[in-house]
Amino acid sequence: MGKTRAFDVTTLPGFTFIAILAFVLLYAPIVTLVIYSFNGGNSVNQWGGFSLEWYAVAAQNEAVQDATARSLIIAVWASVISTALATMAALGTTRRGKFTGQTVIYVIINQPLMVPEIVTAVALLIFFSSVKVATGYSGLGYLILAHSAFCIPFAYLPIKARLEGMDTTMETAAADLYATPLQTFRYVTLPLLLPGVIAGAMLAFIISLDNVIITEFVKSAGQDTLPTYMLGQLRRALTPEVNAISTALLALTILILTLFVFVTKKRG
Amino acid sequence: MSRPETGRKAPRSKGVDGWLLSAPALILLIVAASGPLLIVAIYSVLEKGDYSGVRWILSGEGWFRVLFERDIFDQTISLADANLSIFWRSIKLSIATTIITFGFGLPTAWFIATRPARSRAFWLFLITVPFWTNLLIRTFAIMEVIRNQGILNTFLTHFGLISEPIQILYTDTAVLIGMTYVYLPLMVLPLYAAIDRFDFRLIEAGYDLYASRWQVLRGVILPIIKPGIVAGSILVFIPSLGAYVTPRVLGGGKNMMIGNFIELQFGQGQNWPLGAALSTLLLLVVLVSLIVYTRVSSKDNTNG
Repeated sequence: MGKTRAFDVTTLPGFTFIAILAFVLLYAPIVTLVIYSFNGGNSVNQWGGFSLEWYAVAAQNEAVQDATARSLIIAVWASVISTALATMAALGTTRRGKFTGQTVIYVIINQPLMVPEIVTAVALLIFFSSVKVATGYSGLGYLILAHSAFCIPFAYLPIKARLEGMDTTMETAAADLYATPLQTFRYVTLPLLLPGVIAGAMLAFIISLDNVIITEFVKSAGQDTLPTYMLGQLRRALTPEVNAISTALLALTILILTLFVFVTKKRG
Repeated sequence: MSRPETGRKAPRSKGVDGWLLSAPALILLIVAASGPLLIVAIYSVLEKGDYSGVRWILSGEGWFRVLFERDIFDQTISLADANLSIFWRSIKLSIATTIITFGFGLPTAWFIATRPARSRAFWLFLITVPFWTNLLIRTFAIMEVIRNQGILNTFLTHFGLISEPIQILYTDTAVLIGMTYVYLPLMVLPLYAAIDRFDFRLIEAGYDLYASRWQVLRGVILPIIKPGIVAGSILVFIPSLGAYVTPRVLGGGKNMMIGNFIELQFGQGQNWPLGAALSTLLLLVVLVSLIVYTRVSSKDNTNG
C-alpha cells in the first residue's frame, strides 16, 4: 500500500459500499410493499395501475374495523398505564444515589426486553387461562394488562434519560420557597420531565400497536388486533388488502417516530 | 447488591422511597410478565393432561421428551431426531443471522458514525424507522420480494439469469434472509454507539506505525469497539433463537424453529409439560448468554 498521506483515516475500503447496500436492502422491500398497496386489479403479481381500491376494501371490512378499534383501545390504555408506572419508577430510581436493591428493580423493569417473547406468551397463556376459568371474565383486560407490562421498559428508558439530564437546582429552589413536595412535583419536576414522558408514551404506544406474539397467545376468541388479524390472513394467500393495512400502519409508525424526534430534540 | 459500598451511602429513606415509587411498576411486571415464568418452570415437571393442560402429579416426562422418545409398542428409548433437527436449525440460523448482520452492520454503523454531525441524525433515523416498524410488516415485505412471482425472481428471469423462479420462500434460506433483514437494526445501533465514542486519532497512530488497513481494523478498531460487538451479537442472537413470526411466515409449516415448536405443544401437540420444558430451556440459554455478556463487558470496563 502506498504511503500517501492524503487519505481520510475514517474511510475503510468497501465499508461505504456495504453501508449503502445495507440501506438499499433495508428499504427496497418496504418501498415495494408500499407501492404494491396502491396496485389496482385483483392480482398481487401484476401491476394494474395506481388505485386506492385496496384501502377502500380494507376500510370497509368489518373485521379490519373491529381489529383497528381494538388495537387502538389496547395501545391507548397500555401506553397510559405503562407511562404512569414507568414515570413513578424512574423518579424512584434516578437522582437519589444508590440504594439497596436498585439492581433488582432494574432487572425486573428490563426483564421483558431480555426474555424471548414466545416464552412470556406461553407463560401468560397458562396463567391467564386458569384465571379466565376461575373468574369467568374473558374481556380485553388481560390484553391491556399484558401490554402494559411489556411496554414499561420502553416507556421507562426515555423518562429515565430525561431525568438524568435534569439537575436538581430547580426543585431545591422550589423547596426553599416552601413548596410542598407535591407542589414541587406538579409545578417544577413534571413540566421539565414532560418531553421524556411524552416520548416514553409514544414508544409504548408503538410497541403495543405492533405486538403480535403475546397478543396471539393471550387473546380470547374474537379478540383479534390488527397484527393478529394480518397474521391470520396469511394462512391464505398474500392479499393486496394486507399490503394496504401494512402501509397504513407504517405511515402511523413513521408519523409517531417523527414526532418523537421533535419532542426529544427540544432541550428545555 | 453484593457490590461493596463505594462513595457516600444514601440515607435509608431514599431507598424506601425508591422502592415505594417503583412498586406499582414492579407489581404489574411480576403479575403479567415475570411471575408467570415461574409457573412455566413448574408446569415443565408436571404430568400431561388428557387433552391439554396438566395433572398435578410430579413427572420428568416433559423434560425427557425434549431429547428422547419412547416407542409406543416396545417402550424402547431413542433420541428424538425431529426435536434435535429443530434445535440444530434454530442454533444454526441464529448464529448465521448474527454473523451476517455483523457483516452488514459494522460497515453501516461505521458509515453513520463517520458522517458529518448534521447528516448523522438523518442516517440514524433511517436505521431506527425499520427498527420500530412492525415485525410482521417487515416480514411481509421480505416475502413480497422473495416469493416465486416476487420482485427478485421476476427481475432475475427478466434478465435471463434464471429460466424459472428459484424456490426461496418456505426454505431455511428464506428464514435466514428474513431474520437478517428484521434484526439488522439491532446490530447496527449498539455498534454505532461504540464507534461514536471511538477516538479516530488511534487509527492515525496505527497508520503512522506502518500498520496496514487490515491490521488497523483487527488490532485497533475491533478490540476497542468489542463491547458494542458483543452487545449487538446478543441483541440479534437472543431474538433469533426465540423467533416465532419470521419462521412461521417465511418458513411455512415445515421449517420450524424452537419458538414454533413451543407453540405447537400448546396448540395441536397438546403437550403442555413438553412445551413448558422447551420454554424453560430457551430461557436458560438466554440467561447464560446474558451472564456471559455481563462478564465480557464488565471485564472490558476494568481493562479500559
